[in-house]
Amino acid sequence: MPVLMTPLAITAYTTTSAMGHGLAAQLDALQHTRSGLRPNDFSSAPLACWIGRVAGVEDTALPVAQAGWDCRNNRLAWLGLNQDGFLTRVLAARERYGAQRIALLLGTSTASIGATEEAYRRLDADGGFADDMLRTAIHAPHSLSAFVTAALGLEGPCMTISTACSSSAKVFASAERLIRLGLVDAAVVGGVDTLCDSVLFGFNSLELVSTEPCRPFDAARDGISIGEAAGFALLERLDAAPDAAQLLGYGEASDAHHMSTPHPDGLGAELALRDALMRAGLDAGQVDYINLHGTASQKNDEVEAALVNRAFPARTRASSTKGFTGHTLGAAGIVEATIALQAIEHGLIPGNLGGNTPDPICGAQFAWRNEHQRVDVALSNSFGFGGNNACLAFARAGFAA
Amino acid sequence: MSALRVYIEGVGLWSPQLADFAALRSLLAGNTPEPPSARPAAATLPPNERRRAPESVLLAIEVAGQAVAMSGHSASELACVFASAHGDQPITDYMCATLAQTPAELSPIRFHNSVHNAPVGYWTIATGCHAPSTALAAQRASFGASLLEAASQVLVEQRPVLLVCSDTASSGPLLEVTGCTQSFGCALVLAPESSATTMASLRLSLTTSRVISSLAEPLAHWREANASAGALPLLALLAEGHGRCQLDAAATLGLQIDMDHI
Repeated sequence: MPVLMTPLAITAYTTTSAMGHGLAAQLDALQHTRSGLRPNDFSSAPLACWIGRVAGVEDTALPVAQAGWDCRNNRLAWLGLNQDGFLTRVLAARERYGAQRIALLLGTSTASIGATEEAYRRLDADGGFADDMLRTAIHAPHSLSAFVTAALGLEGPCMTISTACSSSAKVFASAERLIRLGLVDAAVVGGVDTLCDSVLFGFNSLELVSTEPCRPFDAARDGISIGEAAGFALLERLDAAPDAAQLLGYGEASDAHHMSTPHPDGLGAELALRDALMRAGLDAGQVDYINLHGTASQKNDEVEAALVNRAFPARTRASSTKGFTGHTLGAAGIVEATIALQAIEHGLIPGNLGGNTPDPICGAQFAWRNEHQRVDVALSNSFGFGGNNACLAFARAGFAA
Repeated sequence: MSALRVYIEGVGLWSPQLADFAALRSLLAGNTPEPPSARPAAATLPPNERRRAPESVLLAIEVAGQAVAMSGHSASELACVFASAHGDQPITDYMCATLAQTPAELSPIRFHNSVHNAPVGYWTIATGCHAPSTALAAQRASFGASLLEAASQVLVEQRPVLLVCSDTASSGPLLEVTGCTQSFGCALVLAPESSATTMASLRLSLTTSRVISSLAEPLAHWREANASAGALPLLALLAEGHGRCQLDAAATLGLQIDMDHI
C-alpha cells in the first residue's frame, strides 16, 4: 500500500514542442486550438504522415564548452532549457543548495539515436564512423542527461529513465524518492525526444502511424502522429515555495500483458491511477482535469476511454492534447505535465483536438472543445511500450486534500 | 545525508566466463569455473519467447531469474529496476544499417524490441508482475545509478526490489563507439529488512570522492569491456566477505558501499 506523499513544490517549469517555444506559446496554441502538426518534411526517405516538428532546432547552438555534445536531441534540450527563465531558476537553486544537492532525472525513448543513424548513413570507406561522428558519448541513451547535467553544472545523482512513452512521467516519481530520503534538496526533471528515422519508420512498421493529423478518441482514428519536444520542471520541498503549484502524487504499474499493445482491460493503467490517487490522498471525484495519454491508436484510446468512464464522475474533465503536439514519446510525460499545470494556473481545459466524431465509447467526461473553469487538481496519464504505466497528480498551491 | 541501508537477498550473474554468482565465488577462490553455454538460458521465459527473444532480453532475464530464485520471493511481487548503458546494441546496429539503406523495410518486431525497457517488459509479462517497473541508463555509472534508484524504492516504498544491470556485446560499426566487447549482466534482490534469506547488508552513501575501487585481473578487464560490469567491485565484495567498495553513481558523484555479512 502506498503511503500518503508529502507534496513537493514545482518552482519552475517549461516546455517546447510543435506548439512553440515556451509556456506562453503553448498556452496561446491551446487557447486558439492551433495544432502544431504539419506534413512530414523530416525523414531521410519519404513517409506519408504528419509530424510535430519544433521550429528552430537546426539553428540552435550549444554552449561552446559543450560543443562535443552537438546533435538534434541535445539542441532541442538546450533550446528548451532557455525558455521561461528556466535556466536562471536552476542556476539560482544551484547557488542555494549546492551542485551536489540537486538531482537530474530525464526521460527519453531514443535520446540522440538520430546522430547514430546519421553516422550509419555516411560511414567511411572502411565501414567505420566518420571522424566527426566518433563522439562516443552521443551514441548512448544517457547522452541527453549527461549533456544537460554538464550544461547546468549539476553534480548530484543523474540518471536517464527510458521506459518508452512513460519515461518523462516516471522521472517525477524517482525524484520525489531522492528528495524524501534526503539525498538531495531539489531535482530537475523532464524529458526530450526528437524526430528521427527510428521512430518514424519504426511506428510505421507496426502500422501505428496515421497518414492524417492524429485524431485521438475519434471514431475514425487510424493512428498516431509523431512529434518531438523538450520539457523541464524544478522540484523543491514545499517550504521553499509555498505559493507554487504542487506535485501531489504519482503512480506506477506494469501491464504484464504485451510488448506493444496495452492490457485489454487497462489493468496497469488503472493500478497506476489508483496508486497516484492514494499517494495524493484524493478521491477520483476531486479530480478536475485529466490530460489523457490519448495517442489516437485504436487500442490505447479504447482502453483509456473505458478507464475514464469507470473511474471518474462526469464533472471530471478529460482530453488528449496529442492533436496539438503529436505523440512526443519519451517527452510526452513532461509536456503533458506542463499542460496540466497550465490548466491549474489559467483555468483552461484544453479541448480534445482531432476528435471531430467522438468515439461512442467516450463518456461525458470528455472535453471536445476548450472549457474554462477553476482547476484545483489535474492528473496526467502516460503509458508506454512494455506495458509501462505512470500517472501524475498535480494541485494548486495551498490545495488541501 | 544519512546512509541508506538495504539488504541483499539474492544475486544473479552471467558473462561468457561466469554462469552465475557461484562461479565468481569459485574464481575468486582460485578455481577455474566451467564457462556457461553461449546463450543465457533465461528459463523464466516461456519456450516460444525464449527462441525469439534477442540476447539483451535473455541476459537480463537469466540474471533476474537467478537472483529471484535465491531470494525466495515470488517474482510477481517485486518492483523492477532494470538498467543498461547501451540497450540492445545488435538491434541498434541493425536498425541504423537498415534505416540507411531501406528504411521502409524495418522489422516491426526488432523495433518494439529496441525500446530500452524491452527486457523489463518481457520480465513482467513472463512473471505476471504488475508492480512498478523502470529502465535506466547512466553510461558507465549505470549500475551505481540503478542501485541508488533501487535502494530509494526499497526504502520509500518499503518493498523488495529486483535490480538488473546488463549489456550485451556490441556489433557492427557501433562497437567502435560503445567499446562493449563482451556481455555482462548481474542482478540483486534488495529488501528493506533483514530476513532468513539475507546475504549481506549494504550502507550506501554519496561522496564527492571519485576513486572507484580497483580490481584484479581478469575482473579489471571485464569491467573495461562492459559498462554494466561496473558492478564487479560490489559482487567481488559479496563473494569474498565484508568491507567497503566504491562505484560511480554519476559522472561527478561516487557511491560508497559498506557491506556486512548477516
